[in-house]
Amino acid sequence: MRITLNGEPYEAKGTNVAQLLEELKVAPGMVAVEVNLSIVKKADYAAHPLHEGDTVEIVSFIGGG
Amino acid sequence: MEDTLVIRGIEFRSRLWVGTGKYKDFEETARAVEASGADVVTVAVRRVNITDRKSENLLDYVDPKRYKILPNTAGCYTVEDALRYSRLAREAGVSDMIKLEVIGDERTLFPDTIGLLHATEILAKEGFIVFPYTNDDPIMAKRLESAGAAAVMPLGAPIGSGLGIRNPYNIKIILEGATVPVLVDAGVGTASDATIAMELGCDAVLINTAIADAKDPIAMAEAMKHAVLAGRLAYRAGRMGKKLYATASSPFEGML
Repeated sequence: MRITLNGEPYEAKGTNVAQLLEELKVAPGMVAVEVNLSIVKKADYAAHPLHEGDTVEIVSFIGGG
Repeated sequence: MEDTLVIRGIEFRSRLWVGTGKYKDFEETARAVEASGADVVTVAVRRVNITDRKSENLLDYVDPKRYKILPNTAGCYTVEDALRYSRLAREAGVSDMIKLEVIGDERTLFPDTIGLLHATEILAKEGFIVFPYTNDDPIMAKRLESAGAAAVMPLGAPIGSGLGIRNPYNIKIILEGATVPVLVDAGVGTASDATIAMELGCDAVLINTAIADAKDPIAMAEAMKHAVLAGRLAYRAGRMGKKLYATASSPFEGML
Protein backbone atom coordinates (compact mmCIF):
# COMPACT_ATOMS: atom_id res chain seq x y z
CA MET A 1 0.00 0.00 0.00
CA ARG A 2 1.06 3.55 -0.59
CA ILE A 3 2.07 5.50 2.48
CA THR A 4 4.17 8.57 3.19
CA LEU A 5 7.26 7.46 5.07
CA ASN A 6 9.56 10.08 6.58
CA GLY A 7 8.25 12.64 4.13
CA GLU A 8 8.64 10.48 1.00
CA PRO A 9 6.13 8.30 -0.86
CA TYR A 10 6.67 4.63 -0.06
CA GLU A 11 5.08 1.38 -1.21
CA ALA A 12 4.76 -0.69 1.96
CA LYS A 13 4.48 -4.47 1.84
CA GLY A 14 3.78 -4.84 5.54
CA THR A 15 0.33 -4.17 6.90
CA ASN A 16 1.31 -3.20 10.41
CA VAL A 17 4.09 -1.17 12.07
CA ALA A 18 6.12 -4.24 13.13
CA GLN A 19 6.15 -5.57 9.55
CA LEU A 20 7.08 -2.18 8.17
CA LEU A 21 10.09 -1.93 10.50
CA GLU A 22 11.09 -5.45 9.52
CA GLU A 23 10.97 -4.75 5.78
CA LEU A 24 12.98 -1.56 6.34
CA LYS A 25 15.47 -3.51 8.48
CA VAL A 26 15.03 -0.98 11.26
CA ALA A 27 15.64 -2.54 14.66
CA PRO A 28 12.83 -1.45 16.98
CA GLY A 29 15.37 -0.70 19.72
CA MET A 30 16.04 3.01 19.89
CA VAL A 31 13.50 4.35 17.44
CA ALA A 32 10.11 5.92 17.85
CA VAL A 33 7.26 5.58 15.39
CA GLU A 34 4.47 8.00 14.70
CA VAL A 35 1.47 7.20 12.50
CA ASN A 36 -0.68 10.15 11.46
CA LEU A 37 0.88 12.28 14.22
CA SER A 38 0.14 9.74 16.99
CA ILE A 39 2.99 7.90 18.67
CA VAL A 40 2.74 4.13 18.45
CA LYS A 41 4.00 2.41 21.61
CA LYS A 42 6.63 -0.26 21.04
CA ALA A 43 4.36 -2.92 22.53
CA ASP A 44 1.69 -2.04 19.95
CA TYR A 45 3.82 -2.29 16.80
CA ALA A 46 2.40 -5.64 15.69
CA ALA A 47 -1.16 -4.68 16.56
CA HIS A 48 -1.08 -1.29 14.88
CA PRO A 49 -2.42 -1.64 11.32
CA LEU A 50 -1.26 0.55 8.44
CA HIS A 51 -3.73 1.97 5.95
CA GLU A 52 -3.41 3.39 2.47
CA GLY A 53 -2.39 7.04 2.70
CA ASP A 54 -1.02 6.86 6.25
CA THR A 55 1.76 9.24 7.18
CA VAL A 56 4.48 7.39 9.05
CA GLU A 57 7.51 8.89 10.76
CA ILE A 58 10.37 6.81 12.14
CA VAL A 59 12.89 8.74 14.19
CA SER A 60 16.05 7.96 16.07
CA PHE A 61 18.97 9.80 17.63
CA ILE A 62 21.78 11.60 15.84
CA GLY A 63 24.57 13.86 16.98
CA GLY A 64 23.34 17.12 18.48
CA GLY A 65 24.10 19.67 21.14
CA MET B 1 35.05 15.20 49.81
CA GLU B 2 31.82 13.98 48.21
CA ASP B 3 30.55 16.45 45.62
CA THR B 4 28.15 14.55 43.43
CA LEU B 5 25.58 16.35 41.34
CA VAL B 6 22.15 14.84 41.95
CA ILE B 7 19.09 15.89 39.97
CA ARG B 8 15.73 14.25 40.66
CA GLY B 9 17.50 11.38 42.37
CA ILE B 10 19.82 10.76 39.43
CA GLU B 11 23.51 10.88 40.29
CA PHE B 12 25.82 12.48 37.76
CA ARG B 13 29.47 11.45 37.75
CA SER B 14 30.67 14.57 35.95
CA ARG B 15 29.73 18.22 35.91
CA LEU B 16 30.73 18.47 32.28
CA TRP B 17 27.93 17.51 29.93
CA VAL B 18 28.74 17.30 26.24
CA GLY B 19 26.93 17.46 22.93
CA THR B 20 27.54 15.07 20.05
CA GLY B 21 26.96 17.42 17.10
CA LYS B 22 29.44 18.71 14.50
CA TYR B 23 32.07 15.99 14.84
CA LYS B 24 33.92 14.63 11.82
CA ASP B 25 32.60 11.12 12.41
CA PHE B 26 31.26 8.83 15.14
CA GLU B 27 34.76 7.63 15.95
CA GLU B 28 35.85 11.16 16.79
CA THR B 29 32.63 11.77 18.73
CA ALA B 30 33.28 8.70 20.86
CA ARG B 31 36.88 9.65 21.55
CA ALA B 32 35.97 13.23 22.48
CA VAL B 33 33.18 12.09 24.80
CA GLU B 34 35.56 9.63 26.43
CA ALA B 35 38.30 12.26 26.86
CA SER B 36 35.83 14.73 28.38
CA GLY B 37 34.93 12.33 31.16
CA ALA B 38 31.30 13.36 30.63
CA ASP B 39 28.47 11.29 32.00
CA VAL B 40 25.71 13.01 30.04
CA VAL B 41 25.67 13.33 26.27
CA THR B 42 23.06 15.23 24.34
CA VAL B 43 21.58 13.95 21.08
CA ALA B 44 19.08 15.21 18.54
CA VAL B 45 15.92 13.48 17.33
CA ARG B 46 15.75 13.07 13.58
CA ARG B 47 14.25 10.87 10.87
CA VAL B 48 15.88 7.47 10.42
CA ASN B 49 17.71 7.15 7.10
CA ILE B 50 15.40 4.73 5.31
CA THR B 51 17.32 4.53 2.04
CA ASP B 52 20.71 3.68 3.54
CA ARG B 53 20.14 1.17 6.28
CA LYS B 54 23.81 0.27 6.44
CA SER B 55 24.61 3.71 7.85
CA GLU B 56 25.87 3.44 11.39
CA ASN B 57 24.13 4.72 14.46
CA LEU B 58 25.57 7.25 16.91
CA LEU B 59 24.49 5.11 19.84
CA ASP B 60 26.65 2.23 18.55
CA TYR B 61 29.57 4.50 19.44
CA VAL B 62 28.20 6.29 22.48
CA ASP B 63 26.82 3.44 24.54
CA PRO B 64 23.60 4.32 26.41
CA LYS B 65 24.58 1.76 29.06
CA ARG B 66 27.65 3.82 29.81
CA TYR B 67 26.38 7.36 29.26
CA LYS B 68 23.18 9.12 30.20
CA ILE B 69 21.53 10.14 26.95
CA LEU B 70 19.85 13.54 27.00
CA PRO B 71 17.75 14.07 23.86
CA ASN B 72 17.14 17.64 22.79
CA THR B 73 14.43 19.43 20.86
CA ALA B 74 16.91 21.45 18.80
CA GLY B 75 15.37 22.96 15.70
CA CYS B 76 11.91 23.30 17.25
CA TYR B 77 10.41 26.76 16.89
CA THR B 78 6.97 26.06 18.33
CA VAL B 79 5.64 24.56 21.54
CA GLU B 80 3.81 21.91 19.49
CA ASP B 81 7.01 20.78 17.76
CA ALA B 82 8.97 20.75 21.01
CA LEU B 83 6.29 18.58 22.64
CA ARG B 84 6.20 16.26 19.64
CA TYR B 85 9.98 15.77 19.61
CA SER B 86 10.07 15.30 23.39
CA ARG B 87 7.42 12.60 23.31
CA LEU B 88 9.11 10.82 20.41
CA ALA B 89 12.43 10.97 22.25
CA ARG B 90 10.92 9.41 25.34
CA GLU B 91 9.20 6.71 23.31
CA ALA B 92 12.53 5.82 21.69
CA GLY B 93 13.31 4.61 25.13
CA VAL B 94 16.60 5.98 26.38
CA SER B 95 15.42 8.42 29.00
CA ASP B 96 12.70 10.56 30.53
CA MET B 97 15.11 13.48 30.43
CA ILE B 98 14.67 16.14 27.78
CA LYS B 99 16.81 19.13 26.96
CA LEU B 100 14.00 21.41 26.00
CA GLU B 101 14.62 24.01 23.34
CA VAL B 102 11.96 26.26 21.90
CA ILE B 103 13.90 28.48 19.56
CA GLY B 104 12.71 32.00 18.87
CA ASP B 105 14.97 33.22 16.11
CA GLU B 106 17.15 31.60 13.46
CA ARG B 107 20.01 34.03 13.57
CA THR B 108 20.60 34.12 17.32
CA LEU B 109 18.99 30.80 18.24
CA PHE B 110 17.82 32.61 21.35
CA PRO B 111 15.04 30.78 23.16
CA ASP B 112 11.41 31.78 22.85
CA THR B 113 11.05 31.82 26.61
CA ILE B 114 7.27 32.23 26.58
CA GLY B 115 6.92 29.05 24.53
CA LEU B 116 9.61 27.41 26.62
CA LEU B 117 7.72 28.08 29.83
CA HIS B 118 4.53 26.67 28.39
CA ALA B 119 6.25 23.54 27.07
CA THR B 120 8.11 23.02 30.37
CA GLU B 121 4.86 23.06 32.29
CA ILE B 122 3.19 20.53 30.00
CA LEU B 123 6.15 18.13 29.88
CA ALA B 124 6.81 18.30 33.62
CA LYS B 125 3.17 17.29 34.18
CA GLU B 126 3.71 14.36 31.81
CA GLY B 127 6.55 13.14 34.00
CA PHE B 128 9.47 14.36 31.93
CA ILE B 129 12.67 15.48 33.64
CA VAL B 130 12.86 18.82 31.89
CA PHE B 131 16.09 20.74 31.29
CA PRO B 132 15.01 23.98 29.61
CA TYR B 133 17.54 25.93 27.57
CA THR B 134 16.78 29.51 28.53
CA ASN B 135 18.09 33.03 28.45
CA ASP B 136 20.27 34.48 31.20
CA ASP B 137 17.13 35.97 32.71
CA PRO B 138 16.75 35.45 36.48
CA ILE B 139 12.99 36.01 36.42
CA MET B 140 12.42 33.44 33.68
CA ALA B 141 14.66 31.00 35.56
CA LYS B 142 12.32 31.27 38.56
CA ARG B 143 9.28 30.87 36.36
CA LEU B 144 10.73 27.73 34.76
CA GLU B 145 11.49 26.35 38.18
CA SER B 146 7.88 26.94 39.27
CA ALA B 147 6.69 25.30 36.06
CA GLY B 148 8.45 22.09 37.08
CA ALA B 149 11.89 22.27 35.44
CA ALA B 150 14.37 19.82 36.99
CA ALA B 151 17.15 22.36 36.41
CA VAL B 152 17.57 25.55 34.44
CA MET B 153 20.06 25.95 31.66
CA PRO B 154 20.79 29.59 30.92
CA LEU B 155 22.96 30.37 27.94
CA GLY B 156 26.35 31.97 28.42
CA ALA B 157 26.21 33.33 24.86
CA PRO B 158 24.45 32.27 21.63
CA ILE B 159 24.69 28.58 20.67
CA GLY B 160 27.91 27.86 18.79
CA SER B 161 29.22 31.42 19.22
CA GLY B 162 32.07 30.66 21.61
CA LEU B 163 31.70 34.14 23.12
CA GLY B 164 31.96 32.88 26.69
CA ILE B 165 29.88 33.92 29.70
CA ARG B 166 28.64 37.30 28.51
CA ASN B 167 26.67 38.20 31.60
CA PRO B 168 28.22 36.55 34.66
CA TYR B 169 26.23 38.89 36.91
CA ASN B 170 22.91 37.57 35.65
CA ILE B 171 24.15 33.99 36.00
CA LYS B 172 25.10 34.85 39.59
CA ILE B 173 21.62 36.26 40.26
CA ILE B 174 20.04 33.15 38.72
CA LEU B 175 22.20 31.02 41.02
CA GLU B 176 21.21 33.03 44.08
CA GLY B 177 17.52 32.59 43.42
CA ALA B 178 17.46 29.03 42.16
CA THR B 179 16.37 26.06 44.22
CA VAL B 180 17.07 23.71 41.29
CA PRO B 181 20.49 23.12 39.73
CA VAL B 182 21.76 25.67 37.22
CA LEU B 183 23.75 24.57 34.17
CA VAL B 184 25.32 26.92 31.69
CA ASP B 185 24.37 25.70 28.25
CA ALA B 186 25.83 27.32 25.15
CA GLY B 187 28.45 30.00 24.68
CA VAL B 188 31.53 28.38 26.18
CA GLY B 189 34.41 28.88 23.73
CA THR B 190 37.45 27.61 25.57
CA ALA B 191 38.51 26.11 28.88
CA SER B 192 38.60 29.37 30.85
CA ASP B 193 34.94 30.05 29.97
CA ALA B 194 33.94 26.71 31.49
CA THR B 195 35.98 27.51 34.58
CA ILE B 196 34.30 30.91 34.93
CA ALA B 197 30.86 29.27 34.79
CA MET B 198 31.86 26.79 37.47
CA GLU B 199 33.54 29.44 39.65
CA LEU B 200 30.28 31.37 39.63
CA GLY B 201 28.72 28.33 41.28
CA CYS B 202 26.99 26.66 38.36
CA ASP B 203 26.22 23.01 38.97
CA ALA B 204 27.43 21.89 35.54
CA VAL B 205 28.29 23.10 32.07
CA LEU B 206 27.05 21.77 28.74
CA ILE B 207 29.50 22.09 25.85
CA ASN B 208 29.39 21.02 22.23
CA THR B 209 30.89 23.37 19.64
CA ALA B 210 33.88 24.47 21.74
CA ILE B 211 35.05 20.86 21.73
CA ALA B 212 33.86 19.72 18.30
CA ASP B 213 35.19 22.79 16.46
CA ALA B 214 38.56 22.88 18.22
CA LYS B 215 41.54 22.02 16.01
CA ASP B 216 42.08 18.99 18.23
CA PRO B 217 38.69 18.07 19.69
CA ILE B 218 40.09 15.25 21.82
CA ALA B 219 42.62 17.52 23.51
CA MET B 220 39.98 20.23 24.00
CA ALA B 221 37.62 17.66 25.53
CA GLU B 222 40.29 16.84 28.08
CA ALA B 223 40.98 20.54 28.67
CA MET B 224 37.28 21.08 29.39
CA LYS B 225 37.30 18.20 31.86
CA HIS B 226 40.08 19.85 33.85
CA ALA B 227 38.54 23.32 33.47
CA VAL B 228 35.24 22.18 34.98
CA LEU B 229 36.99 20.35 37.81
CA ALA B 230 39.20 23.37 38.53
CA GLY B 231 36.29 25.80 38.46
CA ARG B 232 34.18 23.64 40.74
CA LEU B 233 37.02 23.18 43.22
CA ALA B 234 37.80 26.90 43.21
CA TYR B 235 34.13 27.65 43.86
CA ARG B 236 34.07 25.25 46.78
CA ALA B 237 37.38 26.55 48.08
CA GLY B 238 36.02 30.10 48.11
CA ARG B 239 38.05 32.73 46.35
CA MET B 240 39.93 35.52 48.12
CA GLY B 241 38.46 38.99 48.21
CA LYS B 242 39.48 41.46 45.50
CA LYS B 243 41.52 44.44 46.69
CA LEU B 244 42.56 47.54 44.83
CA TYR B 245 46.07 47.72 46.33
CA ALA B 246 48.83 45.24 46.98
CA THR B 247 49.35 43.24 50.16
CA ALA B 248 52.78 41.67 50.41
CA SER B 249 52.95 37.90 50.46
CA SER B 250 56.38 37.82 52.13
CA PRO B 251 56.70 39.03 55.75
CA PHE B 252 58.63 42.20 56.66
CA GLU B 253 60.04 40.58 59.82
CA GLY B 254 63.63 39.49 59.48
CA MET B 255 64.43 41.89 56.69
CA LEU B 256 67.95 43.42 56.73
